[in-house]
Amino acid sequence: MSSITIRVVLPQHLRILARVGTEVTLNFEGRATQQSVLDALEAQYPMLRGTIRDHVTQQRRPFLRFFACEEDLSHEPPDAPLPDAVTSGKEPFLIIGAIAGG
Amino acid sequence: MSKVRVLVGTRKGAFILTSDGKREKWDVSGPHFAGWEMYHLKGSTADPNRLYASQTSGWFGQIIQRSDDGGKTWHQPGTPPGEAPAPGPPKAESNKFVYDTSDASGKPLTTHQWYDGTQHPWEFKRVWHLEPSLKDPDTVYAGVEDAAIFRSTDGGQNWKELSGLRGHGTGPKWQPGAGGMCLHTVILDPSDPKRIYIAISAAGAFRTDDGGQTWKPINRGLRSQYIPDPNAEVGHCVHHIAMNPSRPGVLFMQKHWDVMRSDDAGDNWKEISGNLPTDFGFVIDIHAHEPETIYVVPIKSDSEHYVHEGKLRVYRSRTGGNEWEALTKGLPQKDCYVNVLRDAMAVDSLDKCGVYFGTSGGQVYASADAGDSWAPIVRDLPAVLSVEVQTLI
Repeated sequence: MSSITIRVVLPQHLRILARVGTEVTLNFEGRATQQSVLDALEAQYPMLRGTIRDHVTQQRRPFLRFFACEEDLSHEPPDAPLPDAVTSGKEPFLIIGAIAGG
Repeated sequence: MSKVRVLVGTRKGAFILTSDGKREKWDVSGPHFAGWEMYHLKGSTADPNRLYASQTSGWFGQIIQRSDDGGKTWHQPGTPPGEAPAPGPPKAESNKFVYDTSDASGKPLTTHQWYDGTQHPWEFKRVWHLEPSLKDPDTVYAGVEDAAIFRSTDGGQNWKELSGLRGHGTGPKWQPGAGGMCLHTVILDPSDPKRIYIAISAAGAFRTDDGGQTWKPINRGLRSQYIPDPNAEVGHCVHHIAMNPSRPGVLFMQKHWDVMRSDDAGDNWKEISGNLPTDFGFVIDIHAHEPETIYVVPIKSDSEHYVHEGKLRVYRSRTGGNEWEALTKGLPQKDCYVNVLRDAMAVDSLDKCGVYFGTSGGQVYASADAGDSWAPIVRDLPAVLSVEVQTLI
């Protein structure tokens, strides 16, 4: 199975927690889905475990959303394939926190 | 030379304030974990350089942080910064608080009372209070929302619920207060390692005498007009409990309304509000060397969460309650409308005893003379959630 490279953009608080910049790069084998990308992200940055998905249910935390290629993927099935542009590394997979105004 | 370290949790980060024993000049470090809600930080008495911190967010959930060098550096237990990923499942188990629902542990309990009286499933939200063991720096207790107590024996890396508390059987009668259904007070008895006191809003106070396996409510004498049976066994909104380690059986409580004391380890309580201008409030604490000297900050009412008459006044009783004096020197006495939350007062053990508290307006006040006079250490932090003090010899 060939290795793929995925770019992931994290919200600021999680960048600080993981001690990374705006974007991280993940290399893994297999299909690129929300689940496989988040599995790879947590394996590479274990301090993020529980911050994006609930520890137990593995459900997306309510105030976070997933975007790519200007599409909201938040409500797509976790095992649905990500767009080709994400799989090819052309576009990043975006993890975005709900806006907190005030 | 003695030194004092004040650990301050705020809505937008943590701050560490340090001074020598004179407590006149302060160094301010922070914000640590900028932008996160820091519900509580506390140091181990067994190893003062070991600090635990509850870092939490409505977006990203619960993080436990630990420092082994007095707050200079921090890491998530089990996930040191820069560590290469290891084979096997991801780490960060330190973020993981999972309620025990196993049959083997007693009575799995899945619902509590919701605001409207219906039953609601237990849902983990955050850690309100971290209480390190008195003897072992790697053992620490966590009081959480929805109310439960967890324990770690490996420095905060893995957490296990002491499920006997939720298995007590009264859980369906527990209900959240306005701040959530939080277990906010954990007191370890220095004379009996198997005895622990906890308090929950709004369930009341509980005690274990067997190291956390079984618990009993200790609310006799509490009277709460806002629940159907004012004298009920559980359902009282206890805001905070304090104990002087030199007198483990004597407890002081700030309830939603009413200031209370117990001289028999919580078995019976009596009201000691006396001449307080209002007996609603959140904090209560005890002088380090005078166990009958107690401090509260009266708040106007349960719908007006600010100090009474626009004056920030700490009230001190030197008689174990009932007779109170207002301490005002150095505190604003007009146009002040701040609150002081339940974990936001602490004392040091120097002579004279230092008293510290933080406000919703971001001030942290200190008194180096047991409350006779006060001065702000800092004035403009984010809203203060918690204040703890370490006396370093």
